[in-house]
Amino acid sequence: MTNIQVSTKINGDNCEFLCRPEETLLEVLRDRMGLTGTKEGCASGDCGACSVMLDDRLVCSCLVLGAEAQGRQVDTIEGMADGGELHPLQRNFIEHAALQCGICTPGFLIAAKALLDKNPDPTETEVRYWLAGNLCRCTGYDKIVRAVLHTAEEMRGTELG
Amino acid sequence: MAKIDRLEKTDGFRVVGTRPDRPDGVDKVTGRARFGADTFAPGMLIGKVLRSPHPHARIVSIDTTKAMALHGVKAIVTAQDFGEVPRAHKATLHNVMAHGKALYEGHAVAAVAAADVSIARKAVKLIDVEYEILPHVTDVDAAMAQDAPLLHEDNFTSGIDPKPEKPSNIDSFSEFGHGNIEDGFAKADIILEREFTTEAAHQGYIEPHACLATFSEDGNSEIWCTTQGHFLVRDTCAALLDIAESRLRVTASEIGGGFGGKTVVYLEPLALALSRKTGRPVKMVMSRSEVFRATGPTSSSSMRVKIGVTNDGKITAGDAHLNYQSGAFGGFIAMLGAMCAYACYSLENVRATGDEVLTNRPMQASYRAPGAPIINFAVESVIDELAGKLGIDPIDFRLMNAAKEGDRSSYGPKYDQIGLVKTLESARDHPHYQAPVAEGQARGMAVGFWFNFGGLTSISLNVNTDGTVTVSVGRPDIGGSRAAMCQMAAEALGIPYENVRTIIADTSSLGFNDTTDGSRTTFANGLAIIRAAQGAILEMCGRVAKIWDIPQDAVEWVDGFAKPCGPNAGDFEPMGIAEIARKTAQTGGPIAGHHEVNAEGAGVSFSAHIADVKVDEETGCTQICRYTVVQDAGKAIHPSYVEGQYQGGAVQGIGWALNEGYIYGDDGIMQNPGFLDYRMPVCSDVPMIEAKIIEIPNKGHPYGVRGVGETSIVPPLATIANAICSATGIRMTQIPMAPPVLLKAIEEHKKG
Amino acid sequence: MNYQAPTTIEGAVSLLSEASGNTRILAGGTDIIVQLNGEHIDPDLILDIKRINEVCNISAENGGFRIGAGVSCSQLTEHQGVMDLWPGCAEAAGLIGSTQVQGRATIAGNLCNGSPAADSVPALVAAQAIVRLIGPDGIREVPVENIPTGPGQTSIAPSEILHSIFLPSTPSRSGDAYLRFIPRTEMDIAVVGVGISLTLDESDICTAARVALGAVAKTVLLVEEAGAALIGSKIDDNALDQLALTASAACNPIDDKRGTIEFRTKIAGVLAKRVALIAAQRARERVTGRIGEKS
Repeated sequence: MTNIQVSTKINGDNCEFLCRPEETLLEVLRDRMGLTGTKEGCASGDCGACSVMLDDRLVCSCLVLGAEAQGRQVDTIEGMADGGELHPLQRNFIEHAALQCGICTPGFLIAAKALLDKNPDPTETEVRYWLAGNLCRCTGYDKIVRAVLHTAEEMRGTELG
Repeated sequence: MAKIDRLEKTDGFRVVGTRPDRPDGVDKVTGRARFGADTFAPGMLIGKVLRSPHPHARIVSIDTTKAMALHGVKAIVTAQDFGEVPRAHKATLHNVMAHGKALYEGHAVAAVAAADVSIARKAVKLIDVEYEILPHVTDVDAAMAQDAPLLHEDNFTSGIDPKPEKPSNIDSFSEFGHGNIEDGFAKADIILEREFTTEAAHQGYIEPHACLATFSEDGNSEIWCTTQGHFLVRDTCAALLDIAESRLRVTASEIGGGFGGKTVVYLEPLALALSRKTGRPVKMVMSRSEVFRATGPTSSSSMRVKIGVTNDGKITAGDAHLNYQSGAFGGFIAMLGAMCAYACYSLENVRATGDEVLTNRPMQASYRAPGAPIINFAVESVIDELAGKLGIDPIDFRLMNAAKEGDRSSYGPKYDQIGLVKTLESARDHPHYQAPVAEGQARGMAVGFWFNFGGLTSISLNVNTDGTVTVSVGRPDIGGSRAAMCQMAAEALGIPYENVRTIIADTSSLGFNDTTDGSRTTFANGLAIIRAAQGAILEMCGRVAKIWDIPQDAVEWVDGFAKPCGPNAGDFEPMGIAEIARKTAQTGGPIAGHHEVNAEGAGVSFSAHIADVKVDEETGCTQICRYTVVQDAGKAIHPSYVEGQYQGGAVQGIGWALNEGYIYGDDGIMQNPGFLDYRMPVCSDVPMIEAKIIEIPNKGHPYGVRGVGETSIVPPLATIANAICSATGIRMTQIPMAPPVLLKAIEEHKKG
Repeated sequence: MNYQAPTTIEGAVSLLSEASGNTRILAGGTDIIVQLNGEHIDPDLILDIKRINEVCNISAENGGFRIGAGVSCSQLTEHQGVMDLWPGCAEAAGLIGSTQVQGRATIAGNLCNGSPAADSVPALVAAQAIVRLIGPDGIREVPVENIPTGPGQTSIAPSEILHSIFLPSTPSRSGDAYLRFIPRTEMDIAVVGVGISLTLDESDICTAARVALGAVAKTVLLVEEAGAALIGSKIDDNALDQLALTASAACNPIDDKRGTIEFRTKIAGVLAKRVALIAAQRARERVTGRIGEKS
């Protein structure tokens, strides 16, 4: 078993790590980099709790090998707030009670941000289908969808203003 | 004694009933909150479990030689590493680690601690276990057959007099009711009898079980784990490993969902045993497959329901028998189901009996209102059918027979002030029920009941020197309860919400607290917090009396201020909590309140659900188009999180009704141990869930709180079945009503 | 276990030839990494092809498109040219797993995984897609329907790498569509999948049709009788009924956790009708199949 040396960029910072060939990006983030905000719910790509951005593409970090991060850019929940200021999605998730236990929340936020970056004015149906890969067992999704739609509206307003 | 203004109230709230940001919100949206698997310790080992590949097998031998020889493997534990335990803990121990027999596929047989996860995985595969495969049974009815394979040779059904002479797979029998069933049916004009089955559903929390255990050479141990009840983890682990409770400190991590599934221990005793053997901290995390194969789920069932009515719509008798499959170690879920069967109705003659049935499946664990949704599906389906036969609106029919204050409940006690009638009326008047059914859709409704619990509670409330307040509670916050705790403390003390912080204290910091389950947390913690606040207020009034040099009963507490009152008080400016707190060094030291109680008086609650569905008659696929929950909260402390409980429970119920369920092959192996084929609802499967909060105060709580966490999962199975019946004319008697099942029923119905 | 990420296809082919033991080629990884995480496979070499530029692009070619083996489903559904020419193929790619999974999964991997329930494969078969394989002996071009040979098995030689999939140009008034049945709205494996590609003449009579079924046999099926049921018709009720009958008759499914034999057989016919109607509608709306000339 040979460890692989990987140079990558995580939340804007250059970093290096060693990993086993079969080690996933999720394991690297959590166990080697201490970035435990990205969660493991299934390790099979079915729950979305491990969602991260890989070169600006929404992916499940449990379905990416750590070695594949070489020369790429990874963005996780830890990099979502801008300094001390929460991203509007983060703030609205709190204000809309869009979380109960909170384990799925980082994944939902990453996925929702990817949606709004691509489509600033999604319909409820578009939000629901985009987020279908993120399982939440607590909320019944209602308040999550409302928080995302509200954020979209708010951010569009900000841009216009 | 000083006077406290409006400690108990049902109106005039200042903080209660508002929707402030939850105190742990920022931690949870930034990824900072630490859940079960989010912790590490220096020198930590990784533990993994070897699980039985057979549903039923005698363990002939376990050879760990090869595994121990692997570089990096530090210890292996098996049943031999655990001693005798008190009878009450035997089933738990034997579930945590198979003793002599593996009783289900996924049953733990050995556990390894190794330097890293890849070594631990390899080591598990190097353990040689010789099994003698035994015949197995996973179906509830098959397990009750005379010639069924026996799980436990020494199981004689309890609850039957005289005690049976032969062992069986029926763990226990229970019976509830009153009146005379035969007399009741004799008075009926219409009698309907139907049989129903349901499949087991898993709680489906997104966070797998995880823990980190450290056993120190000096005998002091610590566990960090994701649990609904860390006191229960402490007491159970202490019993299983024969250590004093005072020596074991358990800290509850943030918990990523539980729904009853995290009210039992699985990994914690193994991690602690491995740590004891290695002298190193041991972390263990389950895979999703392990969660499905070895934890939870709820019962599967077969049931028979018989109800008689008169032509003018009065129910004369209700009878039900429940066979609940409860996994390899029995339980009490059929009993709870039997108690809930007819709890919504005022009946002169009622009987419900339940058998708890052992099978080669994982030990069943509580799942949100355990037992209630299953029997509710059966009873509310028959009620709906009767309403149809009588030509009475389904809500009106339920109102005609609804349980009211003073009625004797079907499970025994008399009802106090309850909100069923108001809940049903509110459902009837709801815009959803009043709206015409959309083209191509059909409507169904059902009503459900849950007890709600109180129980052992210990909390402390400390007034800090700047006048802010810290509340320590002993129940994990699973869905935002810290916000409600802060609100109730702020309300009682008369201070701003922002000035209260609630933390979940570890097991060494408070007296025993029952688990976060039974919808007890906001009720029981809240009650204790209000009483503790009362204690702190009295102390503060005493301090102020000292400062003012007037008698204590000449000080009253109004809206967060001590004020002089009465004829001998004198004239003083009201003194606020910050000023009082600042002077504590001069007045007698820190100010605190605390309360310890076995909280009683948790008010029962009822929930009425309305669903509009569309059935694709060519595929058997059911789409939920509109869904409404109307439920009594007693008093909603934080309405957003109350709505969240209604919505979440409804969607779990929708999943159970339509597509969730354990799938077993003839080989007794679970075929769908993952989120791909254990089909929980995804975001695009459901519409917005309208949540209507009814408030009929519970007299057992100073602010009128009833539990709200569980009742919402009770009615959805029947609600959707009733809607499907409106759509297709077919009375489904099987859960889940998955497309292949429904399509088959549609085709048979068309053939006539 | 070893991990290699060559930057040329030649480099990948020679690494594959030289490797001893079991090699798995990594494209999107949404099947292989699941199997790794579940400890179902333990390869000696993981050969990542996504550092090879030429397999990570979609390029126009002879009026059609060549889709590299490393192209993700998201890239495919975001490609307007492919969406215009073969909307059914693109939609099929857009049904594989979640948004997250589509950001990684490839139709090449979907094909190589050999699942009879693979969503993109019936659509590709209906579209007469051609697979380009590269091995030590050079290039081999194979119709997509000849790739799967059984569950988890393909006709791709151990020394070959799937380089790209070619989606051809279409005659004018052609359309394709793909639908699958799943119990939920998303995230499930197809219980039945149906891909249809057809061409109409100026009077709306069907002149060519290919019907492919997924998850109803050991491999994706190209059902010629079902195509024949449409040819010569105006996709009317009679033709649709015949289509449903022939589609159902071609099924040879299994009972499993996702569906029964009876259910799959019935649904194949139901879906075939629905898919044919969508494909026909698309054909009627399209003046010509050439890129950029959509009506």
